Amino acid sequence: MLHSLINTTASAFSWNLVSDFRSMWQYAFMQHAFEAGTIVAIVAGVIGYFVVIRRLSFAAHALSHVGFAGAAGAALIGVNPLYGLLAFTSGGSLAMAALGRKAAARDVQIGTVLAFMLGLGVLFISLYKGYATEAYSLLFGEILGISIDDVYITLVAGVFILLAAALLYRRLLFTSLDEDVAEAKGISILALSIGFMLLLAVATSIAVQVVGVLLIFALMVTPAATAQHLASRPKQGIILSVAISLLVTWLGLFVSYYVSYPVSFFIVSAAFIIYIGSRLIPKT
Amino acid sequence: MAELIRAESLSAGYKSKAIWQDANFVVEKGEFIGLLGANGAGKTTLFRLLLGLEIPLSGKLSIFAKQPERGSPRIGYVPQRRTIDAETKIQALEYVLMGISGNKWGFSLPAQASKEKKQALKALEHVDALGLAHKRLNQLSGGEQQRIFLAQALVGKPDLLLLDEPLANLDIRRETELIRLVQKIAKENNMAVILIAHDINPLLPVVDRIIYIANGKIASGKVDTVVTSDSLSDLYEAPIEVLRDSKGRLAVLGVEEAMHHAS
Repeated sequence: MLHSLINTTASAFSWNLVSDFRSMWQYAFMQHAFEAGTIVAIVAGVIGYFVVIRRLSFAAHALSHVGFAGAAGAALIGVNPLYGLLAFTSGGSLAMAALGRKAAARDVQIGTVLAFMLGLGVLFISLYKGYATEAYSLLFGEILGISIDDVYITLVAGVFILLAAALLYRRLLFTSLDEDVAEAKGISILALSIGFMLLLAVATSIAVQVVGVLLIFALMVTPAATAQHLASRPKQGIILSVAISLLVTWLGLFVSYYVSYPVSFFIVSAAFIIYIGSRLIPKT
Repeated sequence: MAELIRAESLSAGYKSKAIWQDANFVVEKGEFIGLLGANGAGKTTLFRLLLGLEIPLSGKLSIFAKQPERGSPRIGYVPQRRTIDAETKIQALEYVLMGISGNKWGFSLPAQASKEKKQALKALEHVDALGLAHKRLNQLSGGEQQRIFLAQALVGKPDLLLLDEPLANLDIRRETELIRLVQKIAKENNMAVILIAHDINPLLPVVDRIIYIANGKIASGKVDTVVTSDSLSDLYEAPIEVLRDSKGRLAVLGVEEAMHHAS
């Protein structure tokens, strides 16, 4: 629907990128997509770096599936799915934090809960009338359909996450890389773990709008993993991680405006190609 | 000599089930102590008590004439690290920096940051690892990693250094190098060291005293009194032989077999 709409209204791609961008920018839905996409890319780049060094990538992936059940449930009772996402991912993240960091690495248990939540989401979606569209946009993202209200929620959530991450930066790094010494230095591992998992829950919730539940890995983990592979200093790693996720998000939006395939396809493909490229660089 | 640690009728364990009990010992300033015992005997538990991470079941433990408290800057701690693997691509300098500012909030201002960096580089210099500052941890050998961890523990100029199995996975030459390095730094700074090891041999030339945990009891003594066939056989509950060579050097046989038996 939206894609066919673009095809009929958009002007064709020319090699004059400025005028291409200007023609794209006429549409409010493209502006909203860029605004939300930019906020989400910055947040995912920062939080993703810690997800990678804390070895929580599977937990992050599972968290988005927990959020799927929440979003579908919210849609069913007529509430903004973003609130359902936030509620369920927060609950899931608290449970993971309470079980301890080692529990977050237990992939069988996490995978079992993941599958159950996905199943629950399928039930909610099938009970809901707008079945196919809603399910599709939750699973694979529908950033071109984002409303101005969602942009504002994303902005508030994004600013909150970035401020909290800046405050916790060194403690997060210390506990991620050297938990025993950090604990001996007086840092509360449990409190910090709960704090981080909540930030991850909010970050996951807003990122679902862009790439959807199933593709969250590509935005939350792949750019950060690429950055961590290339940069040996945490600050450089985070900056690079943000740069990559911004690049793939912008590129995805721009390309999909002219080539009528899903935005998330272009985003995950760009992230994938950069990741493979970084692995091919010989180690120094 | 000034007293650093005093344990009186000290017991440790979980939920009223003691791992070891009724321990009485003293550690003095500048002493180098080897802490021995079979796997699961409660050596790391003693460290966690000293660090204030666990509380005693009963008895008294004082360190720096106070009760142990978490986050004491006077203790340098090198735990048994299992988290360093091929995916830990952080450079050594950043790792050492965490020992200085890892528990602070927010970011350092530029002036503070350069001060911290100087401090970290100095610590690396002390362990002869200045050349490794910008290497990634996953590219370092076991011995090099241990020196980086040591530098991180030393940045605060502690009075007591707790080393948990620093010799694990090192070959004999690296073992000797690391032990000599720790001894040199400890002497220069009048710092006490408690080092957990499962093989006693590399420690024999450097330790002042040995504390050993066996059968739920803790005892301590000078090398000459502890390192005898009888007392070590008791400690490990297996036949152990202590030999003395022509230069008076000691060698202990049978500990490795006893450890495998115990685990």
